[in-house]
Amino acid sequence: MEMIKFILGSVFILLGLFVFGVATFGIFRFKYVLNRVHVAAKCDSLASILVCIGLMFFSDSLAGILKLILISVFIWITNPVASHLVCKIEMETNENIREECEIKEEML
Amino acid sequence: MNRKHETDQEIERGKIGAFVDWVNADSPDIPAEIEYEHEEHHGEHHEEHHEEKTPQAQIRQERKVVSWMYRGGSLVCGLLLVAILLFTVQALPRFGEREVPAFNEVSQRYLEEGLTETGAVNVVAGIILDYRAFDTLGESMVLFTGSIAVIFLLTQLSKKAEGEEDGSKKCVESLPAQVIIRMVFPIVLLYGIYVVFNGHISPGGGFSGGTILGAGLILCHLAFGEAYTSRFVTVKRCTGVMSVALLTYIAMKTYSILTGANHIESGIPLGTPGSIFSSGLIFPLNICVGLVVACTIFAVYSLFTNWKAREK
Repeated sequence: MEMIKFILGSVFILLGLFVFGVATFGIFRFKYVLNRVHVAAKCDSLASILVCIGLMFFSDSLAGILKLILISVFIWITNPVASHLVCKIEMETNENIREECEIKEEML
Repeated sequence: MNRKHETDQEIERGKIGAFVDWVNADSPDIPAEIEYEHEEHHGEHHEEHHEEKTPQAQIRQERKVVSWMYRGGSLVCGLLLVAILLFTVQALPRFGEREVPAFNEVSQRYLEEGLTETGAVNVVAGIILDYRAFDTLGESMVLFTGSIAVIFLLTQLSKKAEGEEDGSKKCVESLPAQVIIRMVFPIVLLYGIYVVFNGHISPGGGFSGGTILGAGLILCHLAFGEAYTSRFVTVKRCTGVMSVALLTYIAMKTYSILTGANHIESGIPLGTPGSIFSSGLIFPLNICVGLVVACTIFAVYSLFTNWKAREK
């Protein structure tokens, strides 16, 4: 039982680390702010939830698991909104945004 | 030519006038490079027409030399500092050695007797708010002084720059942000209060909890604008709360230092370690520090955003 827990937990944490790595790679690989925010937001949400699930296998008590669930819910609520705000400010302040990507008129 | 007119005036006022301008921080030296380039282009045009070296060109030359001297001097100073620090690092003892001067009876005493003497389960809180409370008072004072300086500077500047008072101005107009921040804001405040109140039981305390509280207030300000936040927290109230918290801190610590130095029983019960109302003065001191930190963060943020809004 302990062995299965350990393997499952490590698999989830390693998956999370892999996604974090992809996010970091994407942030440096892409050129424009909106692309970078897209990568960072999606990968961070997925990776943090994967790491939290992995840590749940290692936690001893129910209270620890509940706390981890709370943390992941909080990240899933706030992280998209934070990225949304960054995008919004980029849309409002960047003057050359039409050259960087296609945008619909009603979004401006 | 507005700019040329200005430079003519400068020549008339001479070096003392320029120095006074520099002290008052409205010297044309400060925004440096971009302005120079513009002026150079103008200058070339003039020289083509008149073919003589104007006094402005000379002054420009001097300024260029001075600015290069500044750059070279700062480079030399920076390299010197790096060299000194690297040299000092080599002389430091290795991490974790028993022979270092910091490893003495003081730290052992803190670890062995800390719980019985201060009543705080969290030894760090016991050290920073009981054994070394005077040091923490200094840290809070630094925050207080910093925020007072910012408040003083920015209120003076915004008095000068006249603009329409638009309190409903938000940083971003965004419905999702407003909805989510309305949901999250009370949770953030609650968590900050929890961290402050549990400073003597679990890791945390006034500084970290106060930071969370201040960040929560900033979130609220970000989403709903100043018109909303000024209902319950303004810069004026922040300074008031800060002063009261610091004075309370000083009063409590003066009492405990006076009684402790004269070997009088202070009469403050230590309580059972682990419960919220325990460890004597550490609990109220944590609250004071937390209030100071939260008010500092919020006051500085709201002053800076207001100032920018008025400048436009």
